Amino acid sequence: MQRHHTRAATILSTLFMGLGQIYNRQFIKGFIFLIVEALSLTYFIQKLGRAFWGIVTLGTTSQHFEKVKGIAKLVKGDHSIFILIQSLITIIFFLLFLLAWYMNIRDARKTGAARDAGHTPGTFKQSIRYILDYKFAQTFLILPSVGILLFTVMPIIFMVMLAFTNYSAPNHMPPAKLVDWVGFETFRSLLVLKSWSQTFYGVLTWTIIWAILSTVTTYLGGMLVAMLVSQQGIRFKGVWRAILIVPYAIPQMISLLLMRNLFNGQFGPINQYLKVFGLDGLPWLTDPFWAKVTVIVVNMWVGIPVSMLLIMGVLTTIPRDMYEAAEVDGANSYQKFRIITLPMVLFSTAPTLIAQFAGNINNFNAIFLLTAGNPPNGDYQYAGSTDLLVTWLYKLTLDQNKYNMASAVGIIIFLIVASFSLYNYRRTKSFQEEDMIQ
Amino acid sequence: MSGVNIKRTIRLGLSYLTLLILSVAALYPAIWILLSSLRPGKSLYSKTLIPETFTLEHFRALFYDPTLLFPTWWLNTLKIASCSMLLGVFLTLLTSYAVSRFRFKTRKTTMSGLLVLGMFPGFMSMIAIYLLLKEFDLLDTHMALIMVYAAGAPLGGTLIAKGFLDTIPRSLDEAARIDGASNFGIFWRVILPLSRPMITYMALTQFVGPWVDFIFARLILRTKDKWTVAVGMWDMVNTNQNTNFTTFAAGAVLISIPIMILFAFLQKLLVEGLTAGASKG
Repeated sequence: MQRHHTRAATILSTLFMGLGQIYNRQFIKGFIFLIVEALSLTYFIQKLGRAFWGIVTLGTTSQHFEKVKGIAKLVKGDHSIFILIQSLITIIFFLLFLLAWYMNIRDARKTGAARDAGHTPGTFKQSIRYILDYKFAQTFLILPSVGILLFTVMPIIFMVMLAFTNYSAPNHMPPAKLVDWVGFETFRSLLVLKSWSQTFYGVLTWTIIWAILSTVTTYLGGMLVAMLVSQQGIRFKGVWRAILIVPYAIPQMISLLLMRNLFNGQFGPINQYLKVFGLDGLPWLTDPFWAKVTVIVVNMWVGIPVSMLLIMGVLTTIPRDMYEAAEVDGANSYQKFRIITLPMVLFSTAPTLIAQFAGNINNFNAIFLLTAGNPPNGDYQYAGSTDLLVTWLYKLTLDQNKYNMASAVGIIIFLIVASFSLYNYRRTKSFQEEDMIQ
Repeated sequence: MSGVNIKRTIRLGLSYLTLLILSVAALYPAIWILLSSLRPGKSLYSKTLIPETFTLEHFRALFYDPTLLFPTWWLNTLKIASCSMLLGVFLTLLTSYAVSRFRFKTRKTTMSGLLVLGMFPGFMSMIAIYLLLKEFDLLDTHMALIMVYAAGAPLGGTLIAKGFLDTIPRSLDEAARIDGASNFGIFWRVILPLSRPMITYMALTQFVGPWVDFIFARLILRTKDKWTVAVGMWDMVNTNQNTNFTTFAAGAVLISIPIMILFAFLQKLLVEGLTAGASKG
């Protein structure tokens, strides 16, 4: 008789959610679980079979004409993509249901065990208190998790799935045509097939060059400006800082669209001014090389203020006596910079630096709003000379409807960026030794 | 004057000169767009930087030109940005409070997960979100945009906010707990009031983000009178290349000035926010 309640409650809850709780005399909780299971069952009986069918086949009837009494009539086929997304939603709900079911069994088992040990099961009020006192963090996280699940995780799973299909124009676009699973075919084309791989490696190389150059230029530029402003003897530090921060405060969308017009080769003011001085204008945005130079320069204009703010903050934390000690030892300004300032600043900002690098790989705005990836490149598939992987992905998606290829590119970007950030984050103190702050 | 003093004067002089040049470079585009918005005509280029005559016609056009709908866009954006700010800040506070104050089994996984998911290129999920919204019949609604922005907020903000919450001493929570406060009471009456700088920072970034975003806005909002300012402005220079430039400039001024004022007031907070995410030394 010793473990009688535990086993009975477990079995009952396994059979039907809530039965175990009712058996344990937790009626309100039990009924809530009962209702949840009843509603879920009606939903899944209708949907689950079709969901599995859909995710395996992606639809079987293609759109076609059928002769009905001598008149050709359009028969609507399966829309593979809608089938895929509906199936995905149903399966995610089903997994959530399984999770709830598991928790219901665990709960019944625990209460049963408590009864076996001679305790009376808690009332509904006590259950609520328990959740608020001991499971508070998890309760707090439910609402954000639902949002993230729906608008981030679900889309990610969906996109990863797309990379393994042939969903692309012109041959596999629903509703006219069906989409099929093709395994790693898309990745193979991207990495090996010459027509795609040439573009991929070209764009990838430029993306990395861009990420390095744009990070380094804004960082060094920011350091230079910060040191210039905070050196001894400069007056009105606040005013200089306020002026130099202006580019950061203008919305990027505005400043980049504006820069595109300023650098316009034909009627852009910059070339017009050069002409006034008798110089020929430069093909800022139309020549592949100069376009790359222009995006780096404009990005410096946008990015230096942020680095400047950051580094100014660090500079104030370096103790003055370190410099004084160095002066006593006869160090000149350059030596003081190299031995004290640079290491201190680098040490404090290293995580930010890596984060900026990762961010620049994904810097959609800087390229899209300024050059839109142009000038065009004849050797590339749907990409221009300044396109980053992300903007290429955008073009593949919105302009070319090569969804499978875009998803594959996206997965690759994600792997690069995420590994950087995770590595970076796991090394920071706020992750490792956070309890030491207290 | 001794040699040291001469060297010092030269150094300072050169520094001031450099700062002056940098300041011109920093301010030039801003001044240029401001002056363009006041210049008569539609052209991008003028021989003189300062226009010979000033006009407010472009600002007037923004509000009265029936093809522009600028006031509608502006109100739409205000609504979307405010709602997603409120919701987004709320969600971010929930997650950051949970991971900062409670020790539960999946805590580190939650944090790494948030970080990694935040790295995902947004447009990659674009098609999926588009289809999802279509499925729920939410396309071309402001509601959809608010949901997308707010749901994404904890991804970007949690770790920064957590860094801030970690600096609030635990002893305060414990004192409140001894006084009988519940978890929710502590959150509401101890944590929230003390995190005001953090909340301001989050609110600002959550407000400005939707205010200037056009990628999602352009995808989801289909009819012109539902557009946000960003979509409208982008359309203004993208479809009618250069014909509308001075009006664009006027719109840019109207959008930028409030944001610049906000930034000026919150400069110190911004620096703290920028550095809070990274751990110091």
